[in-house]
Amino acid sequence: MLPQLAPALRMTVFMTVLTGLVYPGLVTGACQLLFRRQANGSLIARNGEVIGSALIGQNFTKPDYFHPRPSAAGNDGYDATASQGSNLGPTNQKLYDRMKAAAEQFRKENPSFQGPIPADALTASGSGLDPEISVANADAQAARVAQARHTSLEDVERLIAGATRGRDLGFLGEPRVNVLELNLALDRELNARK
Amino acid sequence: MTQNGWLQIAVFFLIVLALTKPMGSFMARLFEGGRTFLHPVLRRLETLTYKVVGVNESTEQRWTQYAASLLAFSIFSFLFVYALQRLQGVLPLNPQGLNSGNVSPDLAFNTAISFVTNTNWQSYSGESTLSYLTQMAALTVQNFMSGAAGIAVAIAVSRGFARQKVNGLGNFWVDLTRATIYILLPLSILAALFLSAQGVIQNFHPYTVVKTVEGAKQVIAQGPVASQEAIKMLGTNGGGFFGANSAHPFENPTPLANLLQMVLIFIIPAGLTYTFGLMVGDRRQGWTLFGACAVMFLAGVLVCYWAEQKGNPTLDRLGIASRASATQAGGNMEGKETRFGIAASALFATVTTDASCGAVNGAHDSLTPLGGLVPLFNIQTGEVIFGGVGAGLYGILLYAVVAVFIAGLMVGRTPEYVGKKIEQKEVKMAMLALVATAFSILLLAGLSSVAHFDGPTKDAKGQPVAHSYWNPPGAATANLNNAGPHGFSEILYAYTSATGNNGSAFGGINTNTPWYNLTLGVAMLAGRFLFLIPLLAAAGSLAMKKKVPSTSGTLPTHGPLFATLLIGTVILVGALTFFPALALGPIVEHYLMAGGKLFAFAPLPLGS
Repeated sequence: MLPQLAPALRMTVFMTVLTGLVYPGLVTGACQLLFRRQANGSLIARNGEVIGSALIGQNFTKPDYFHPRPSAAGNDGYDATASQGSNLGPTNQKLYDRMKAAAEQFRKENPSFQGPIPADALTASGSGLDPEISVANADAQAARVAQARHTSLEDVERLIAGATRGRDLGFLGEPRVNVLELNLALDRELNARK
Repeated sequence: MTQNGWLQIAVFFLIVLALTKPMGSFMARLFEGGRTFLHPVLRRLETLTYKVVGVNESTEQRWTQYAASLLAFSIFSFLFVYALQRLQGVLPLNPQGLNSGNVSPDLAFNTAISFVTNTNWQSYSGESTLSYLTQMAALTVQNFMSGAAGIAVAIAVSRGFARQKVNGLGNFWVDLTRATIYILLPLSILAALFLSAQGVIQNFHPYTVVKTVEGAKQVIAQGPVASQEAIKMLGTNGGGFFGANSAHPFENPTPLANLLQMVLIFIIPAGLTYTFGLMVGDRRQGWTLFGACAVMFLAGVLVCYWAEQKGNPTLDRLGIASRASATQAGGNMEGKETRFGIAASALFATVTTDASCGAVNGAHDSLTPLGGLVPLFNIQTGEVIFGGVGAGLYGILLYAVVAVFIAGLMVGRTPEYVGKKIEQKEVKMAMLALVATAFSILLLAGLSSVAHFDGPTKDAKGQPVAHSYWNPPGAATANLNNAGPHGFSEILYAYTSATGNNGSAFGGINTNTPWYNLTLGVAMLAGRFLFLIPLLAAAGSLAMKKKVPSTSGTLPTHGPLFATLLIGTVILVGALTFFPALALGPIVEHYLMAGGKLFAFAPLPLGS
């Protein structure tokens, strides 16, 4: 092995420079030039202040906003420096108890909603930062939001439809609603009547 | 299971199928020293590398020299990654001020081995542990190097079958350089740009502090993610920039990005089956390997998708919409992202463990028992379903050797594979690799199921005073996140993933303690080198043999018959070795879940 030590050391240094500094530097330059908004985190500003990222979920608890999914990131959820899922297995008592409490809360918050609760409304996402909810989940919350904003259900449903993103290329993934964008649209469009 | 779900799986598979031949012919030409369409641009960089490193391009290495080069390179890589982590506090590109306090010596040891062996097991969460420089100059580099080294070994093993009456298997330094410069770098740059367009971040900013709409403070982690993400998938490494890996919206923001990531995992391993066919002069041999992989891949997706869409009957009692509809995905959504739903999550979980990638786009710990059994079994059978870059090809060739050996025993003839007599030495080496990895998984998982350490004790004032250095929570089972059989699955998955150099996890288990960091480190070393070195030895012996012409008595190793034999061998070896362990974990959990049983931790931790 001895004769290979010198080339091994030189190769390690050379490749560290090439793939560890030159490559990411080059990609950073190109991305900042071509896709500046995405490369910096798809941040959203309102009145000149950054209030979040379109890709990173944030918590909403007030009745006049749509609520995101439960989150296991950090102690209080939606901690964007501590991304993780709950890692609770299917036979875990804690998972059952948590979902039971979430189901009860969901029905209490949305008394007019009948029928089975969309699974994403009670389950924590893998990242704990899921920015989106299913269309069914948004529909289930629409009546509550409309009532809290003293507006018609049709207005809210129109905004949901506007914030709904279909499957990528028509078949990839699932249709979904971005919670932050929908809530910002609510504030923008329905503030007058609030 | 929805039509749309099947369509996603079918389209993914067809893309891989379509890319197999062009990727495979490109690699065959490249490693046989031919000129490719990239040579006009990249040849100068290649020759510059040889000049700096001091390598003569035309020097051939025997298998021992080839293996020694790989080992020497791995040692320096390990030292670099270890040192960069421990010194990150005094190095630049560290806006969050992370330092050696974030990376204990045992964690740095584990992570260094993890990335050098192409495992990317992570006992840490990237965004709260590592500086941007560490992520780039330590981890991204190893994502390239461990992948390139895997490709190099696969090519060397293929040369063992392709050549005759020679000592040399090629030159490790040349193969490593070519794999990096002509394959990994160009594809990574393209993939990184595509991912960034989809929303993956790429910057050196400090973390962004925002005041949310409801007035809370949220700190959003940043970093050079796209450059690492691309090679993380392409090199089947799988180590996430963030703790949540490819479930994190900054790593994998859209279903389209998700599709690209899965394709990146499979294109090199799938292409290498074709490369092998070309190198041994019979493309049917390559397609047979591809076919066997494809059947096992589809079977795995079928089971995983079915189990995840079926969901959890216990939770259905709560009044959840468990069936898919046009407006929601149904099924087991715990640990899954809305944008991916069930089909794209189950497909990803299968692909990442068919290959030795280990990136996850959802929490494997929250999979249903049978949905989680698929990744576990995929890794335990050696990740040969296309497999890791390089590692998949030399893994399936090992099974091919075992398969012809078994067939030879049945008909009483000396087994042959692609014109080479398979004799004592080759079979011994194949068995050594199989036994070493099984031993590492089962022995270490068994040990951690029973190992006791002093638990935390409290003084009169209730302050913790004494605890074990090796495992502060106490018994090794005190680190689990789930009780009952699922807890055992967490331990089994950890050592399976480490030994298989996969890196995905049932992530609830806390493995950032000296006991787990060291034992998992040992498992990763065993899984990489006790697998790869015996195979190089077998290749060295094969290269010296003469090719024998095939006769009417030769078992043809192409076509459906041999593919079936190969699949049977993979499943039989895996099942015989691991069935007892799997029965104690996911299999028993499946029946308990069907019966509505739930588990909570007793006041005393499991096993004490």
